[in-house]
Amino acid sequence: MKRKSRINSNTLLLLITIALFIVMYAIGCVIYHEKGFDHLQTFLNILITNAGLLCVACGMTCVMLTGGIDISVGSLIAMDCMILAYGMGVKGYPCIPLLIFVLVIGLVFGLVQGFLVGYLDIQPFIITMAGMFFARGMTAVICTKQLSITQDANALFYSWANYKIFLPKFLGYLNSKGKLQIPFIRPTVLVALSVVLIIFFVLKFTKFGRALYAVGGNEASAKLMGLNVRSTKLKAYILSSFLCSIGGICYSLNTMSGSVQQAVGLEMDAIASSVIGGTLLTGGVGSVFGSLFGVLINGTIGTLVNTNGKLLSSWANIATAALLCFFIILQSVFALVKERKS
Amino acid sequence: MSSQKWGAVVGFLKRVVKMKMFLPFFCLILVLLINLIKSPGFFSIDIKNGVLFGRLIDILNRGSEIAILAVGQTLVIAVSAGTDISVGSVMSLSACFCCMSLAGYGVSSTNTLAIPMILGILGGILMGGICGVFNGTLVSKLKIQPMVATLILFTAARAIGLLLCNNQITYIRYEPYKYLGNFIPGCPIPTSIFVTAGVILVVAILLKKTSLGLYIQSVGINKRAARLLGINSSKIIFLCYVICGLCAGVAGIVASSRIYSADANNIGLTFELDAILAVALGGNSMAGGKFNLAGSIIGAYTIQAITTTLFAMGVSTDQAPVVKAIIVILIVALQAPVFKTWFANRSLKGKSQVKETVGA
Repeated sequence: MKRKSRINSNTLLLLITIALFIVMYAIGCVIYHEKGFDHLQTFLNILITNAGLLCVACGMTCVMLTGGIDISVGSLIAMDCMILAYGMGVKGYPCIPLLIFVLVIGLVFGLVQGFLVGYLDIQPFIITMAGMFFARGMTAVICTKQLSITQDANALFYSWANYKIFLPKFLGYLNSKGKLQIPFIRPTVLVALSVVLIIFFVLKFTKFGRALYAVGGNEASAKLMGLNVRSTKLKAYILSSFLCSIGGICYSLNTMSGSVQQAVGLEMDAIASSVIGGTLLTGGVGSVFGSLFGVLINGTIGTLVNTNGKLLSSWANIATAALLCFFIILQSVFALVKERKS
Repeated sequence: MSSQKWGAVVGFLKRVVKMKMFLPFFCLILVLLINLIKSPGFFSIDIKNGVLFGRLIDILNRGSEIAILAVGQTLVIAVSAGTDISVGSVMSLSACFCCMSLAGYGVSSTNTLAIPMILGILGGILMGGICGVFNGTLVSKLKIQPMVATLILFTAARAIGLLLCNNQITYIRYEPYKYLGNFIPGCPIPTSIFVTAGVILVVAILLKKTSLGLYIQSVGINKRAARLLGINSSKIIFLCYVICGLCAGVAGIVASSRIYSADANNIGLTFELDAILAVALGGNSMAGGKFNLAGSIIGAYTIQAITTTLFAMGVSTDQAPVVKAIIVILIVALQAPVFKTWFANRSLKGKSQVKETVGA
């Protein structure tokens, strides 16, 4: 009984996150009531626009559980989008092989990074930073122009991007003109949410998932326990880059374009989402549901800035950075307090 | 050639390879050689319009920002085994702050200055210092991993710069403001070279004449041991980040003066990679501890030489990072502990074999 009632600092962080999300959303509903912020569709739009980020954040959480980090994700997404846009828009390749190609690229990218981090013991930050510039540069090597995928280029991909999955009718609401609006989601949301569920089960119930926690908690004792630390790290980076490629496809379905400057700073959003969701930077603690709320908070900030209309878009960046800073400081204060107690 | 002589040559080569400055010089010479073969006119220096003109001068001139950043980055890497990835964004922020204060908020182009130029420049450098204080506090006081702490400013600084400039490019069309990044009338040498020399001189004096250099090394090698020796580790780490921030500020002002404007989106773009690459090329270990300032500076000019070569070969600005990223990975991989033990084992094996043959 006693163990259950005690709230440790990690669950406290998660609770703070959930409370923050609810408070932020409620404030948005009150302030932007006339602009329709309180409609269900606004919330669903946050999911639709951030489906890619959600996939990436799940992969980031896995890597951060091992105590590492992957800052190559934003550039990798730009590269994926560019491959899709160039392949379909300029070369006219069919869409299924291209999607498989993008996923394979994610696997290979993760394999190289994971090998360098896991087997050569190089700091993950330096490797993934090099990866970040490499992927961004490769995007420019493919094409420096801004490309878009039109209906003529690939009808199948276009139909996926515009496919609406309507929710049950009773959730509908009347808009300002008195017309019934039925809330809808896009296929990417289903993809992203199933990624969250799968990763949740992997982390909770598989040997690999538990190994991630063990390696991040204490590498030396994980090794003594007989875990293969190196291959666990390798797999974590492969998983991250693979999920990032899935995220890249979602992102591409959302934007239908490819350019060198795409998804700049997305790595920051993904890291912020994980950290806000209660993943410790030192590794060993965290969950994907926390990251889900992190992404929702991130999306809410963006939507608030957009709904306002007068604020510059850089405010969203600054707000995310400030939140990340706040949560990092909170984590480190908790850690210092714990240290002092013991 | 007799085997003895051959052995002496090999021994000499081995000693050269093990020298601290081998890697930076080797890379620089390699790049210059490639250029010499590809374009024989590479080393010619003429005087056009009263100023020096030529590829080498261009490398020295354009490499200034990287060299200044590399100075700060070397200290940060040495002291905390982590890099400051915010330098590029901080450059952009300090340039924006400087131009904003010179032109006044919301003005996109100006011929007259709102405040004296020197005040604006000092303000810009100070802005870099403030960013350094922020990073330093997070790393030294709150014990956050350096890269994550600096990641905050990596995104935020550029966004704040955009806000300061009201989302536009602020032009300072005031002649003396262009001097810093270009030429002072009557002087044939680019001004940025003097600025770089000044920064290097100040930091070198700080390191040699005070015990700061020694402290940085001891904190970088073992933080706890340094602490037990009575060195205030967190203060030293803090100081290094502040110096790095100030360097980024100076680099930002120079970059802004080059284009006599503050372009928040493009100033200092991918410079963090260049700065880290310069330190790695300079033969410094990414794991902290001993450092070599001169190596980093030569590394910085090597990077610029590589960049210039790439541009001469028709590679665009966006594409150049591919090559640099590959070089970073190669160098860092060669420094990896796995490779080091492998090399050590190999040379040990070689020695034991020699002993065996001597014994037989």
